[in-house]
Amino acid sequence: MAGIVTNPRAGKKTAPTRPHLTESRTVRYVLIGISLVFLALIVILPMVAVIAESFRKGWSAYLSALTDPDAMSALRLTLITALIAVPLNTIFGVAVAWAVTKFKFRGKNLLITLIDLPFAVSPVVSGLIYVLLFGAQGFLGPWLDAHNIHIIFATPGIVLATMFVTFPFVARELIPLMESQGVQDEEAAVSLGARGWRVFFKVTLPNIKWGLLYGMILCNARAMGEFGAVSVVSGHIRGETNTLPLHIEILYNEYQFSAAFAVASLLMLLAIVTLVAKSILESRMSQEH
Amino acid sequence: MRMKTFKNLRWAIIAAIIVTVLSACGSNNGNNKSSETGVTGKTPSKVTLLNVSYDPTRELYAEFNKSFAEYWKQKTGGTVDIKQSHGGSGAQARAVIDGLDADVVTLALGYDIDSIAAKGAIKTDWQKSFDDNSTPYTSTIVFLVRKGNPKGIKDWNDLIKDGVKVITPNPKTSGGARWNYLAAWGYATKTLGYDEPQTLDFMKKLFKNVPVLDTGARGSTTTFVEKEIGDVLLAWENEAYLALKEYGDKYEIVTPSISILAEPPVAVVDKNVDKKGTREVAEEYLKYLYTEQGQEIAAKNFYRPRLQSVADKYKDQFKELNLLSIDADFGGWKEAQAKHFADGGTFDKIYTPGS
Amino acid sequence: MTGLRRKDRVLPGLSITLGFGVLYLSLIVLIPLAALVLKSANLSPSEWWNTISDPRVVASYKLSLMTAFFAALVNLVFGLLLAWVLVRYRFPGKRIMDGLIDLPFALPTAVAGIALTTIYAPKGWVGSLLEPLGIKVAYTPLGITIALIFIGLPFVVRTVQPIIQDMESDMEEAAVLLGSYRLRTFFRIILPDLIPPLLTGFALAFARGIGEYGSVVFISGNMPMKTEIAPLLIITKLEQYQYSQAAAVAVVLLLISFVLLLFINILQRWSNRRLRTVKGD
Repeated sequence: MAGIVTNPRAGKKTAPTRPHLTESRTVRYVLIGISLVFLALIVILPMVAVIAESFRKGWSAYLSALTDPDAMSALRLTLITALIAVPLNTIFGVAVAWAVTKFKFRGKNLLITLIDLPFAVSPVVSGLIYVLLFGAQGFLGPWLDAHNIHIIFATPGIVLATMFVTFPFVARELIPLMESQGVQDEEAAVSLGARGWRVFFKVTLPNIKWGLLYGMILCNARAMGEFGAVSVVSGHIRGETNTLPLHIEILYNEYQFSAAFAVASLLMLLAIVTLVAKSILESRMSQEH
Repeated sequence: MRMKTFKNLRWAIIAAIIVTVLSACGSNNGNNKSSETGVTGKTPSKVTLLNVSYDPTRELYAEFNKSFAEYWKQKTGGTVDIKQSHGGSGAQARAVIDGLDADVVTLALGYDIDSIAAKGAIKTDWQKSFDDNSTPYTSTIVFLVRKGNPKGIKDWNDLIKDGVKVITPNPKTSGGARWNYLAAWGYATKTLGYDEPQTLDFMKKLFKNVPVLDTGARGSTTTFVEKEIGDVLLAWENEAYLALKEYGDKYEIVTPSISILAEPPVAVVDKNVDKKGTREVAEEYLKYLYTEQGQEIAAKNFYRPRLQSVADKYKDQFKELNLLSIDADFGGWKEAQAKHFADGGTFDKIYTPGS
Repeated sequence: MTGLRRKDRVLPGLSITLGFGVLYLSLIVLIPLAALVLKSANLSPSEWWNTISDPRVVASYKLSLMTAFFAALVNLVFGLLLAWVLVRYRFPGKRIMDGLIDLPFALPTAVAGIALTTIYAPKGWVGSLLEPLGIKVAYTPLGITIALIFIGLPFVVRTVQPIIQDMESDMEEAAVLLGSYRLRTFFRIILPDLIPPLLTGFALAFARGIGEYGSVVFISGNMPMKTEIAPLLIITKLEQYQYSQAAAVAVVLLLISFVLLLFINILQRWSNRRLRTVKGD
């Protein structure tokens, strides 16, 4: 088992120290410098802007923005949404990655492309399609209305739109990983008499768990942060169908700029915490070997 | 060591699935509960109302809802919980058409309520249900300029001068912007002798001075006051006063010679209140807007009241000016929409090269 | 490995995983998207054509495609650089830098838009420095491009990074032994291996950029014919209650993205297969 490749991103100590295989010190510093400047302009500055704006009115204003009942209910809805969308997309991602990478069948390219499609669909459209389907004027609208089932402008619609937007993350992460690992280990396990689930849990899962975890983290981050699609299906009812990103927009539109950025910084913090957790787990894992 | 980790991971996955299922059930329960209160609303112990409104009324209805809840408690002994939803007027109307469970709509223009009525959720003669065209308060379009009015802006014709930057939202996506547009159009028509090509030329020059077209009225206000872009903001009167209140002495209001009587109307969504049994409270809610208390709250939030006694009290706040009306001067919303804002209308012509 | 692969279906679970995958895909993605296509089919062919050939719509397609293309191009170059630096070099703060790459995935797009506008507006932190130089960022196509660079960056870095990590150094070593210069080694030996993941990253960033709305509307200025992006036009059509026309504009966007992704996926699988045979494993 020791020979099995773990997620290349996790275990390996990579930075090569053999001098003839790297650039000169100057070139290295220049490249690192350029990267830092680029990252600063594109990613770090917006982050700093969010934090700076959120503390413009001080700590107490910051805290009261976060403990506001509407903010709390938005947080609750955001967490519920992520808790439903992420596991479902994870199960799908694992299943479809298994099918795509362990077997050959026709239409595989098409299937993979269709999985990617939600990345490319405009968030506006991803909300719109559920309105067209479940809205009162939509294809299923009259039926739903007759049975008094609420989908859009209620939690199910928000969950569906979030699932659509975060659909590809886990599958996208797993497919190339499982592709590169091939089928050897699983076939060996089968020839030793292991059955389906056992093969998966004892052989495949250990191989893919870091990729899986990483995909889930991204999926979760995006699920909590999605704005455009959710905005179309939410109905914006205060304290009821507002998620955190929508709550931010509301605050921003009420001239409560610091409060808006304070809530935004909370989302950012959630993202950073998960990313840090991931990197700690990775380094612990690589020490285990 | 490794084996243990796998086991943990497996348990983690199982736990995640259980949590998911539980939370899914939990959220369903939540939904059932809220629809139940809607149905049992016939016995007026606790009623929930949903008011779907447009962007600038946030402060108004936050205050008004409290006042109405007290009034309702006194009158019937029951409690009413009013939920608010705000957004662009058109987008909000669409949400109601698509099934958002609004009991009442309070939107920026009659056209949007007409659109809901066209799909059957509101009766077509809704505008006769309440006094004054079902418009309990009005507003108009004014200019917000920077302190000291450095560009010397007094009237609409100052807006087309070189070097003046005008901020207005996009009439295609914002109800308020349509009032802005029609006010400017009305001014140009009157001063240029009702000559349409010249009027269109005026509008072209005006929009040449517009550097940003935000999608909504609040977005434009933010661009003007927070990003400090532009010399003049075309805004609802109430928005302009609110900006003054929030930002104090950095701005002043300029009232043009001609503007438009902006009538943001209200209506009960018949289909939803009949289904939920909330008609009585919904109608009472809108009627309360016309009472002395309701009008007072409207005036305090810088909407022009209809009730004479309140109007007199706030006389100094609202300047007299020459107001065009949508029905008399533009033939109603249907016509105005088709002529100016539909695809190929005058607004599109402004941006079409060579026309 | 390839030999074993051809032996058919030793492993269990094809029908259940594929069945579940396709079912879930249909429920969440395909059926809703079909609703979109159906809705646009309410229009007659000539109405359809008129909607999407309207000069304003065409201008917005051009703008969306152009800005998404340039943003993806910038991300291609800098994403490769970032991935290279993160994998190959050791320096303090590397782990933090690595984590920051994912931030655009996590930050709500509207927040990103507002934050970017705060920075690049004429009175903003960076905008005020560029203003005297005559460079305007916010409310121009450049501003849109910057928002899209932000949105697309993780796609390129995260697809290239694992491949660089996996790269064997034998080939590089051989090249050095044969007296090749570093830069030459890079272009001759390293880059060809990186082209498939770079293309995937590029395509994903590009496709995502075409449809992006939340972060762009704040910084774009939304001027018709100039800085009006295609997703905004979809919203505009909806505001006029023209659902079918909105759907038609959306379907065209969707088709562009779909064809792009399909092309890239085929290309990538083809090159994967080629690589595997070359490397002989």
